[in-house]
Amino acid sequence: MKRFFVFFSALCLVLAALPAMAVQPVKIGMITTLSTKAGYLGEEIRDGFQLAIDMENGRLGGIPVKLLVGDDGRKPENGRRLAERFIQKDHVKILTGLVFSNVAMAVVPKVVRQGIFVISPNAGPSRLAGKGCNKNYFNVSWQTDNLSEVIGQYATEQGYRNVFIIAPNYIAGKDNVAGFKRYYKGKVAGELYTTLGQADYAAEIAALRSAAPDAVYFFLPGGMGINFLKQYAQSGLSRDIPLMGPAATDERLLHAVGAAALGVINSSQWCVDFHTPANERFVTAFIKKYGRTPTLFASQGYDAARLIGSALAAVKGDMSRTDDFRRALEKADFTSVRGTFRFGPNHFPIQDFYVRRVMAAKDGGYTNRMLKKVFNDHIDAYVGQCKM
Amino acid sequence: MLVFEQILNGLQLGVMLFLMSAGLTLVFGIMRVINLAHGSFYMIGAYVAATVTARTGSFLLGVAAALPAAALTGMLVEFLILRRLYHRDHLDQVLATFGLIFFFNELIRMIWGRSPLFMEVPTRLAGSVELFGGLQYPVYRLAIILVGILVALFLYLLFSRTRLGMRIRAGATNREMIGALGVNIPLLYTLIFGLGTLLAGLAGVMAGPLFAVEAGMGDSVLILTFVVIVIGGIGSVRGAFIGAVLVGLVDTLARAFLPELFRLLLASPSSADRMGAALASMSVYIFMALVLSVKPAGLFPARE
Repeated sequence: MKRFFVFFSALCLVLAALPAMAVQPVKIGMITTLSTKAGYLGEEIRDGFQLAIDMENGRLGGIPVKLLVGDDGRKPENGRRLAERFIQKDHVKILTGLVFSNVAMAVVPKVVRQGIFVISPNAGPSRLAGKGCNKNYFNVSWQTDNLSEVIGQYATEQGYRNVFIIAPNYIAGKDNVAGFKRYYKGKVAGELYTTLGQADYAAEIAALRSAAPDAVYFFLPGGMGINFLKQYAQSGLSRDIPLMGPAATDERLLHAVGAAALGVINSSQWCVDFHTPANERFVTAFIKKYGRTPTLFASQGYDAARLIGSALAAVKGDMSRTDDFRRALEKADFTSVRGTFRFGPNHFPIQDFYVRRVMAAKDGGYTNRMLKKVFNDHIDAYVGQCKM
Repeated sequence: MLVFEQILNGLQLGVMLFLMSAGLTLVFGIMRVINLAHGSFYMIGAYVAATVTARTGSFLLGVAAALPAAALTGMLVEFLILRRLYHRDHLDQVLATFGLIFFFNELIRMIWGRSPLFMEVPTRLAGSVELFGGLQYPVYRLAIILVGILVALFLYLLFSRTRLGMRIRAGATNREMIGALGVNIPLLYTLIFGLGTLLAGLAGVMAGPLFAVEAGMGDSVLILTFVVIVIGGIGSVRGAFIGAVLVGLVDTLARAFLPELFRLLLASPSSADRMGAALASMSVYIFMALVLSVKPAGLFPARE
């Protein structure tokens, strides 16, 4: 028994000494969506994140880091399994990458209780902004409703009195419509909920035409949006009735939709043509490395990496100083590509929001151009429910 | 006027579904193989057409490249994989062809990347025409209806007027017998499979300018296609045509008018919208259940 006790204490000593001896880089676990149709979102986030590391030659905030990437395939159970692997096998203390709210809800509440930090570059479900907020969860993008709130506010400012709404019949669709209605003060000309993943929108477009609205609010992420935009342009309606949607036309989507997306209004916290030194540096480096224009998702991945870098620098790479690391994250002492950036009390950003319009680019393609600022220092509707 | 436009929309969706289901019903009915990977050939057709059209600027060249590509890939898959599965259980076939879906989706991502491709409506078919009564309708959708009807006519002539068609029909009814009569069954099967995937490829080409050309684009169409062949009667091309048009009409009309109907019936518009949307997405399956309760083998079963 005594011998066992000696052995056990020795083991404890060795284990306790390990972090001090280690010269290994800080590991960051990225759980993101690389497969399925939505896989390009994760690809953008990963590439933006990796770019920040490459621009510092394998470091973030001067601290060597190692990025471990896992594909959740948009499935909550895969996300949970990856989180377990990163935490138990690789001893990761920082997780990032989450694209979809359903995966985030399966991963975040469980791991933050274990003292793991989650820096979300995209998914911002209402629960994590409100009742389920946690001191170890940070979001560098937006709360899901935000981008639709921007469109709602824009529609009100434009004086639209009669807007038609189209969204898929699932939870994020309804959240977005709720966000839109929170700031839109006019009448609803019609409200259509489609099947998730629907390809043909002929019936919806015909109904829309007969409702004769001032404008159309659409939330149809990914391929659904491509389908809808192509068919809407072919119906000839795009000349008369403007389309507006939350982050509806990122640069990857524009590549597939082409001229059919011309004039579409979409909301974002970032735009490729922001003339700040930080953004110009990011956009130039991104195009040079990947040969394509970055999307807002890439900018979020990049900002997530730079935020982590600022906090790593503050604790000099010592992840055992968790309270200092958290305080450094809360300060958000980095230059975001979107301009000003700070965290609210629920660890979601307080930031400006803009609407962009799709225009023809100089190189013959199509791109988003900043149209106007809609919100100053905007935060989400759930911050009041957060008791941290 | 709106009703007429929606009927046209339904007809056009039905015709697209027919191109998909004609091939599937042949393969299912004659070869008795459940081919879940049928949507992959639709995707291949769309990808090849989009690429060739973008490179050459000619939609016709795109079609000319896409159809053989889909047919040849189909015949290769039949020769290398399905041939080994004819005598196996349906579950094995489902597993193997389900695996093929993942294989093709990932292959497409490796070759073309994760971004969806761009494909435009050919200039001659762009825009819309005025039908009677001031109804504006996209030319391209009318072209799809026309192509679908031509294909249906072609298949009708193929089956009723040619020797190959006779053998295919005979194969659907009694494959042991035509084997005994000296018909080269393996060759016949490869040809049928190639024809089926060619039609799927054609559907993919037609879908390219309307829908997102992306990996996995065939998977959502596949479900409706199975509904069509079950309603039409497995193995019957005529059944597939009628089934496809019915499914297209039911789906489109339900999506168009159910929400409005519920608004009349229910007091709260938001719950009416949700009920209408939910029921509209179920409408095809409810319709299938109704048809099967009256005719359990579908409308035009190939064999009694």
